[in-house]
Amino acid sequence: VIDGDADVRRAVADAHRREWAFVLAATARVAGDLDLAEECVQDAYLAALDAWTRQGVPNNPGAWLTTTARRRALDALRRAGTLRAKLPLLVEPETSSFDGDADEAIPDDRLRLIFTCCHPALALEAQVALTLRLVCGLTTTEIAGAFLVSETTMAARVTRAKKKISAARIAYRVPEPAELPDRLLAVLVVLHLLFTTGHSAPAGDRLVRSDLVARSIGLARMLLTLMPDEREVRGLLALLVLTDARHATRVDDTGRLVLLADQDRSRWNHAAIAEGDRLVRDALRGGRPGRFAVQAAIAALHAQAPSYADTDWHQVLGLYDILATLWSSPVVELNRTVALSMVAGPAVALARVDELAEDPRLAGYRYLPATRADLLRQLGRYNEAVQEYRTALTLAENATERRFLTDRLAELAE
Amino acid sequence: MAEYLILIYEEEKGYADGTPELFAEVMAAHNRFAEQVVEQGGQIVTGRALQPSATATSIRNDVVTDGPFVETKENFGGYYLIEAKDLDHALALSKLCPARFGGVEVRPIMDMSGG
Repeated sequence: VIDGDADVRRAVADAHRREWAFVLAATARVAGDLDLAEECVQDAYLAALDAWTRQGVPNNPGAWLTTTARRRALDALRRAGTLRAKLPLLVEPETSSFDGDADEAIPDDRLRLIFTCCHPALALEAQVALTLRLVCGLTTTEIAGAFLVSETTMAARVTRAKKKISAARIAYRVPEPAELPDRLLAVLVVLHLLFTTGHSAPAGDRLVRSDLVARSIGLARMLLTLMPDEREVRGLLALLVLTDARHATRVDDTGRLVLLADQDRSRWNHAAIAEGDRLVRDALRGGRPGRFAVQAAIAALHAQAPSYADTDWHQVLGLYDILATLWSSPVVELNRTVALSMVAGPAVALARVDELAEDPRLAGYRYLPATRADLLRQLGRYNEAVQEYRTALTLAENATERRFLTDRLAELAE
Repeated sequence: MAEYLILIYEEEKGYADGTPELFAEVMAAHNRFAEQVVEQGGQIVTGRALQPSATATSIRNDVVTDGPFVETKENFGGYYLIEAKDLDHALALSKLCPARFGGVEVRPIMDMSGG
């Protein structure tokens, strides 16, 4: 019996990880309200623990949970006597009434949920928080921990965003084809931000917050299943998989940051690199590529190179030139200077970095002085390099990055 | 359908220095906007332009002062109350609203009917 309980708990936890988005998305359609939907879904997962212990785990746990949650939502609406009255969320009401039949095909509303969470009328940080909360089913405490803000702050952020969805009538629907490119880009930006927050934490002690990395890759996989023809979704997944393939070598045993040039490439995840490579090839096929496909192509070149020096830097630089035409961003320009220094030398790259330093959008960006410092060091201009490392140190909040910069300063002092 | 207020914020200098041609153009743009809203399935409930912010008087705790409530570079200069299906529809309509010296803010009207 005790083993049975453990099996049930595992089955419920599994269903939480795999089915949460599906269950919540389908329940929100009936509830017409995100808060009510969340409550009912949480209740359904609790009910599952008991019911599955008594009756066994159902063949389709997602369908069981959805049916249970939707019934609860309908009951709550009936009790309140406001069936479908309070429906600011779902603008096109469901035509067929839901009768709670478990065999009835449940529509997959996950895309509606994702596009609602990533609506551009919400602040980016709210989009990120809502996606983790509603699509991944994380608690406010977990999200607050991942973003190193207080639970109160995160709870207020989520509440405010949900209120806006309801009061401003952000529709619970997938965007029209005409709006889709912009709206999909917004979703991809949220997933990418989740990944980079996990991969290179802007503050805190650990460089990789693997939970966020795993969640963002999982979300990208889910999105690709739902939109298999969108090449940029494939491009984003490729980029995340390829970048993550190098995660084991980014810090050494003592927690020190290891630069790409010094990483032990035999320890990279070669299965992930092969998968990323396949994805990026498909993402580049069929017309003008998008920005994520091109970023993924750059990551693929790094992943395949036998060493830093033997990387195809000309092709990397060429891809950065293409990327700059697709995505005007000073950060892209700054990353391009690294390839430029490998192709044309540090002096040429430094001149370009100095031009970029004029861009107000890069003011306070910690990688600008760090890049400048490295080029100055290569040119033997050590005093200036020391100044730049110090500036970078005042901007870096991540302990691992701070240690790297401190080590570099110590080397230059010798 | 739900109601949204489009608040038009513009730099008043643009109009203060305006030629008669500019005003004719702006009037035509607003007339065209009214037609487009209907064409795209929305409705204008009402809409008005305000006198410049120099004519504004503010009252706080019964104290009367000259000038707008908040001093900003771009001033609140006019509004439309529209009906739209949802926020996406309201935003699509609001993007058509003329505001050449600034921009617009879109706010849902609070539903006081209960529920």
